[in-house]
Amino acid sequence: MSQGVILFPSIHFVLKAEKLVKGKGFSVDLIPVPRQLSSDCGVCMLIDWEQKDSLSTFLEGSGVKIEGVHPLQEEDG
Amino acid sequence: MIYFDHAATSWPKPPQVKEAMNRFMEEIGGNPGRSGHALSIEAARIIYEAREALSILFHVRDSSRIVFTLNATESINLALKGLLKYKDHVITSSMEHNSVMRPLRDLEKRGIELTVVPCFEDGTLNPGEVEKEIKTNTRMIVLNHASNVTGTLLPIREVGRISREYDLLFLVDAAQTAGAYPIDVERDNIDLLAFTGHKSLYGPQGTGGLVIGERIQEKEMNPLKQGGTGSRSEFEEQPDFLPDRFESGTPNSVGIAGLLAGIRFVLDQGVEKIHQYEISLIEKLMRGLREFPKIRFYGPGNGSERISTVSFNIEGLSPSDVALRLEKEFGILCRSGLHCAPSAHRTIGTFPEGTVRFGLSYFNSEEHVDQALQGMSRLIQK
Repeated sequence: MSQGVILFPSIHFVLKAEKLVKGKGFSVDLIPVPRQLSSDCGVCMLIDWEQKDSLSTFLEGSGVKIEGVHPLQEEDG
Repeated sequence: MIYFDHAATSWPKPPQVKEAMNRFMEEIGGNPGRSGHALSIEAARIIYEAREALSILFHVRDSSRIVFTLNATESINLALKGLLKYKDHVITSSMEHNSVMRPLRDLEKRGIELTVVPCFEDGTLNPGEVEKEIKTNTRMIVLNHASNVTGTLLPIREVGRISREYDLLFLVDAAQTAGAYPIDVERDNIDLLAFTGHKSLYGPQGTGGLVIGERIQEKEMNPLKQGGTGSRSEFEEQPDFLPDRFESGTPNSVGIAGLLAGIRFVLDQGVEKIHQYEISLIEKLMRGLREFPKIRFYGPGNGSERISTVSFNIEGLSPSDVALRLEKEFGILCRSGLHCAPSAHRTIGTFPEGTVRFGLSYFNSEEHVDQALQGMSRLIQK
């Protein structure tokens, strides 16, 4: 299954997002931001790429600032 | 031993505070938000949860608007120095602690205009007196929520309403009330709430924070310090978003872990219940002390106008002698002197000799009050 990451402005929003999405039953992980992605924070959220739209919509609707959503290439993962 | 110095710092703390700090040292210990590994993330999670718990306690909608500091003093300095500009006018009360008075006197020398509104002899304040001092260049009103000398509650909700009416910023120093008296930043119209962690939130010393309300543009508020935040690491400029803008350098994570346990204790008990219990103790103490001759109280007699801190003097005895004898002869630990608030002592008429102060808390009992009254009775009769 292809994966992606959601980037946030800082760790506060990563953790807020994690709590919210886990509360909604999504399965996500926190990982260091892959080097090739420009980021404002050392940690990002690893997601199933298929869920990117539902997750972004849900998070933005919950007041979480998202910095970017990126697919991961096989060699990135 | 009877500890009656909770207005200085609470002791003992709920056992879960020490346990949380121990757990942080033994099992977590990472630098929050700096790295991608589990220990760093877990440390950041503790700090995130502490912000969330505070947002419930103070009714803050967005917990990213709560920044951690060392104490209420640092929070007050950040609010004043971060927001006030040359020729701005500030109004405060004559019951303020030096944590407010000293930075304001310093800013006054740098071109900030300051008005100190006199309070009544019991420390109470007429909000109308504040409104009368508002001018075209008034920018901020600063008030303590309750006096650290007399325990007098100041009318923050009314003054908050006046602040909104005139579009002024309202800074509240909640050092004595956070955790011990209900605070709702929305209902009380508070723009900036400075709190400490080590008093009625039962955290360790070296923890505190500032709530930065939504009427404040964080980009237009200057941090006291700049540095590493774990975010925007590729840029040499300070982040302009909350909470990172005001949290440079590695925080007191172990302290915040303890603070989180303290806040959860307060939330579990309920602030209203804590307040009612503390007031019942202070009313019992004051009733007993009133029976003694030669004693003079300061601050309101009515429990609805105060928190559980009371100041008094005994005719013919200096406050420091009373405090020393209370400890040596009866094991009662309290504080004597000026309590870092010279203006408050001028207001209540006890400058420069000061007062004896008893600060009670949720961790005191009726037995403590009975024992203290017995000690005081013997001390006065000697």
